[in-house]
Amino acid sequence: MLTFVVRRLLLAVPVLLGVVFVVMLTVELIPGDAVALMLGEHATPEAVARLRDYLGLDKPLLVRYVGYVGRVARGDLGRSIQQNRPVVDELADAWPATLELTCAALVIAAAAGVAAGVVSAVWPNSLFDGVARVGSLFGLSMPVFWTGLVLIVVFALWLPWLPVGGMGSPSHLVLPAVTLALPSLAMVARMTRSSVLEVLREDYVRTARAKGVAERLVVAKHALRNAAIPILTLLGLQAGQLMGGAVLTETVFSWPGLGRLMVKAIFARDYVLLQGAVLIFALAFVVINLAVDLAYGVLDPRIARQG
Amino acid sequence: MSERAAATLVADTWQRFRRNRLALAGLVVVIALAVAAAGAPWLAPADPAKQSLIEKRARPGEKFLLGADEFGRDILSRIIYGSRVALLVGLLSVAIALGLGLILGCLAGFAGGWVDVVIMRGVEILLAFPYLLLAIAVVSALGPGVLNTTIAVGIWGTPTVIRLVRGAVLTARESEYVRAARALGATSGRVLTRHVLRNILPTVIVYSTLFMANAILVEAALSFLGLGVPPPTPSWGLMVSSGRDFLLVAPHIATIPGLAIMVAVLGFNLLGDGLRDALDPRLRGQV
Repeated sequence: MLTFVVRRLLLAVPVLLGVVFVVMLTVELIPGDAVALMLGEHATPEAVARLRDYLGLDKPLLVRYVGYVGRVARGDLGRSIQQNRPVVDELADAWPATLELTCAALVIAAAAGVAAGVVSAVWPNSLFDGVARVGSLFGLSMPVFWTGLVLIVVFALWLPWLPVGGMGSPSHLVLPAVTLALPSLAMVARMTRSSVLEVLREDYVRTARAKGVAERLVVAKHALRNAAIPILTLLGLQAGQLMGGAVLTETVFSWPGLGRLMVKAIFARDYVLLQGAVLIFALAFVVINLAVDLAYGVLDPRIARQG
Repeated sequence: MSERAAATLVADTWQRFRRNRLALAGLVVVIALAVAAAGAPWLAPADPAKQSLIEKRARPGEKFLLGADEFGRDILSRIIYGSRVALLVGLLSVAIALGLGLILGCLAGFAGGWVDVVIMRGVEILLAFPYLLLAIAVVSALGPGVLNTTIAVGIWGTPTVIRLVRGAVLTARESEYVRAARALGATSGRVLTRHVLRNILPTVIVYSTLFMANAILVEAALSFLGLGVPPPTPSWGLMVSSGRDFLLVAPHIATIPGLAIMVAVLGFNLLGDGLRDALDPRLRGQV
């Protein structure tokens, strides 16, 4: 198990270095003079000099990359242009809101998705199964930002039950979390249905039933545990989906998180802040996938033994 | 595969596809979209750019079947024209993803060694970016616009195609029939076109269809954020975004174009699912 963990950790290092490289490259894509574009016409010479020095655009790519990795490793992501504060501070202010939103959405998607998928698989072709399958097709096809607006119209404007946007009380969390959760919920429900259905056809399930194990236990202990790996993989991937969706959801609901910060940074042409936000999202995604990988080892000891 | 065998494959696929009602519904939606995009000037009841400030935010009714937007433009006409942007960005980004993916995937699979390692590490790195964020980063750097949106969406779809193609190349390389073909003196190019590409064709078709659905969603999302297609081009995402300010007084401006996005995405999803089941029942649940 230990070698498995160490191996996975080491494999994540080149990916992280690559992610930093790609994020650095995005500023490279800006046509024309990036510094002039970012600071505008009225910038002071000191500000221009400082940004030029930070970006190091006159140095060779490799030198810049090594410098950038070094700064990122020390937690120096530069200064945001709009607020003139360290980017790290801005990100630190915004990430708890995003974490709250994405965790709430993940819990909703996982709980409701697995429950719906299991019920569908245990009673396939029932009325519930039909409704759940059609519902999940719609869930996958609805744009997140649109679902959010429709929920606002219905539950905040027509029926004034919930707030339109902003953050504060738990009631503020309901609409954004549900909005963000819906596509993932649909995916999880589909995946759970198909993997539980598959497992229920296995010989060991037939054996368990034959020896008189209660159906409830067959589903909970035999089917669900063995169906857990594909479901877990999907949840790991859905974390990435949720982060991207958070950018849209936060914009719709004025949720003060990383996504909204990022969109603001784009419109202010604050590429230093944008780089920092993209980097944080990507790093979080790598770490989550690493955690999912490690969880395989726990769920299925065969994987850990193979390394 | 001879001409006749190919014809049989298509006929077989159609036989299976035809029995799937959801898949047929998807096909109908996709055909309707294509017709709307191609025939927009004839189908649209009004000029999508014509403003009428006295009729701004008009509710759906006789003159404006789906209502008018904040500038008094006919929403139905704008939705019909919007299908052009959605399909154009979708098709071109699929082409980019397939083109790059085929080249790099074949290179990785056939060359092996360090070429393979470099390409596959690159794939892993691109896949490490959460959904939408890579596209946002690319577009915000390149600047908004149809072309840049397409490039961003295409790049986002490439890593998965590389993986698919490389996997197929590796499987084919080890298979008995490719060894036999090699022993008979077939060149790499022939092995590639006749054995590898033919084999992954069903998977590629299914992936492309499902990717179209995602590409339409990503384009709409970028346009919604103001990073995609610039106004006044009618784009569904942009229409939803501009209707946001009038949710209370005129909710139809934002919600109706969103329905168009959903129907289009649903159509491609249903078609993709149906094609997967019809083309190769073994693929069920894999793509």
